[in-house]
Amino acid sequence: MNLTLKVWRQTNSKTPGHFETYQAKEVLKDMSFLEMLDVVNEEIIGQRREPIAFDSDCREGICGSCSLVINGIPHGGHKATAACQLHMRHFQDGQTITIEPWRAQAFPPVKDLIVDRSAFDRIIQAGGFVSVNTGGTPDANAIPVPKEISDLAMDAAQCIGCGACVAACKNASAMLFVAAKVSHLNLLPQGAAEKDRRALNMVTQMDAEGFGACTVTGSCEAVCPKEISLSFISKLNRDYGVAILKGK
Amino acid sequence: MKVITNIFGSSLGKKYLMASTGGLMVLFVLGHLAGNLQIFLGREEINRYGHFLQTNLEIIWPARILLLTVLGLHVWSAIKLSAENKAARPVAYAKWNPTAASYASRTMLMSGLIVFAFIAYHLMHYTFMVKGVNLTGTDFAVLTDPEGRHDIYTMMIKGFSNPAVSLFYIVAIGLLCLHLSHGMSAMFQSLGWKSPAYRPVLDRGAKIVASLIFLGYASIPVKCYLLAPGLTGACCK
Repeated sequence: MNLTLKVWRQTNSKTPGHFETYQAKEVLKDMSFLEMLDVVNEEIIGQRREPIAFDSDCREGICGSCSLVINGIPHGGHKATAACQLHMRHFQDGQTITIEPWRAQAFPPVKDLIVDRSAFDRIIQAGGFVSVNTGGTPDANAIPVPKEISDLAMDAAQCIGCGACVAACKNASAMLFVAAKVSHLNLLPQGAAEKDRRALNMVTQMDAEGFGACTVTGSCEAVCPKEISLSFISKLNRDYGVAILKGK
Repeated sequence: MKVITNIFGSSLGKKYLMASTGGLMVLFVLGHLAGNLQIFLGREEINRYGHFLQTNLEIIWPARILLLTVLGLHVWSAIKLSAENKAARPVAYAKWNPTAASYASRTMLMSGLIVFAFIAYHLMHYTFMVKGVNLTGTDFAVLTDPEGRHDIYTMMIKGFSNPAVSLFYIVAIGLLCLHLSHGMSAMFQSLGWKSPAYRPVLDRGAKIVASLIFLGYASIPVKCYLLAPGLTGACCK
């Protein structure tokens, strides 16, 4: 199939960006979205022009590198799918596809479709450590964890930190990301010792990075490639509230 | 002290303020509706209710001060958060698909501001009884019933006899209920009280309660408008 691409091009964070139109010819339906961009880039390079810059790494939906807003939806709007796992069979011949980067104050542009997501790293760092006793190897099952709780913690730990939640939110809020990161440690006995401090510090860092607040629209949950539930945001609200009520 | 700075200084704290003040105002909206629906019972009941409120200053003034404070905090946190949210995305998307976000959730600021303007009008209309804004030429402040009480029954019917005023009230109540259809569920999320078990109940419940509030409030101007032709007395020739 043949497609028209409207792609955001931006040299760096200091120059304003603009859209450029490209023709993607003879695209196979079994290609992933990123493979389709690779093919378009081959042609651009052949014409001795600058290829479209975009982030990618594992291309199997687990690294969280890809960051494309496709036709107004981060990762293209296919349930539980990152852009690298989105296949061209979901598009129609002759369709025009608009491709933009994540747009948020806290994610400054690097080049074209690449944004700097270091803000997420700083939030993780603000979360601090988990207390682990050193010494001999602990006995298995020395700390009992109910199955439901470990499952829930695993659900939160699935977050790959891609930032689609920020990109989809009308307020560019990072609440779903922070909620997932706080919850997966706060839910488990190993992480419970630093529960209050973790919630406080990560929220403080989130605010300092310039992310917006949560309006509970549910867009983040809908676009999350790992289907992180909105209920973790409620848990973060509870954990933060408990921490400040303790005067921490 | 640290609690206060954390509440007023953080985004989550401002959401707690927004949610808790919103929750208190929902209770007022329900109480106000229950009180005003007494128009359906007739002149005696609504006038007795109004007289009870107006003569019990120990009830009405603390309630008014509390409501004004709560409204002030709600509006303050809304404006502050909206400014921060706007600043969080300086460059807008060229193509945007508001995935899963309801119309109500995306327009909370706008519906809230219009309702705020409505509250200002509503207070001038029936609380301060500014003659110029009721568009009927009658001074509502001097209406009294045979027992010497303020004649709220006549005031309401006269006030809603103007179709433009009635329509404005119905539209404003519609916007309030749009606001509540999202807000009454979102406030539980903001306060950390929404678990997956209650989520469907709260989401659906907010829409149902908002619809009922709309029907309840909208019925009042409609009823008054229909009663208006039968109104007799000194005011209403």
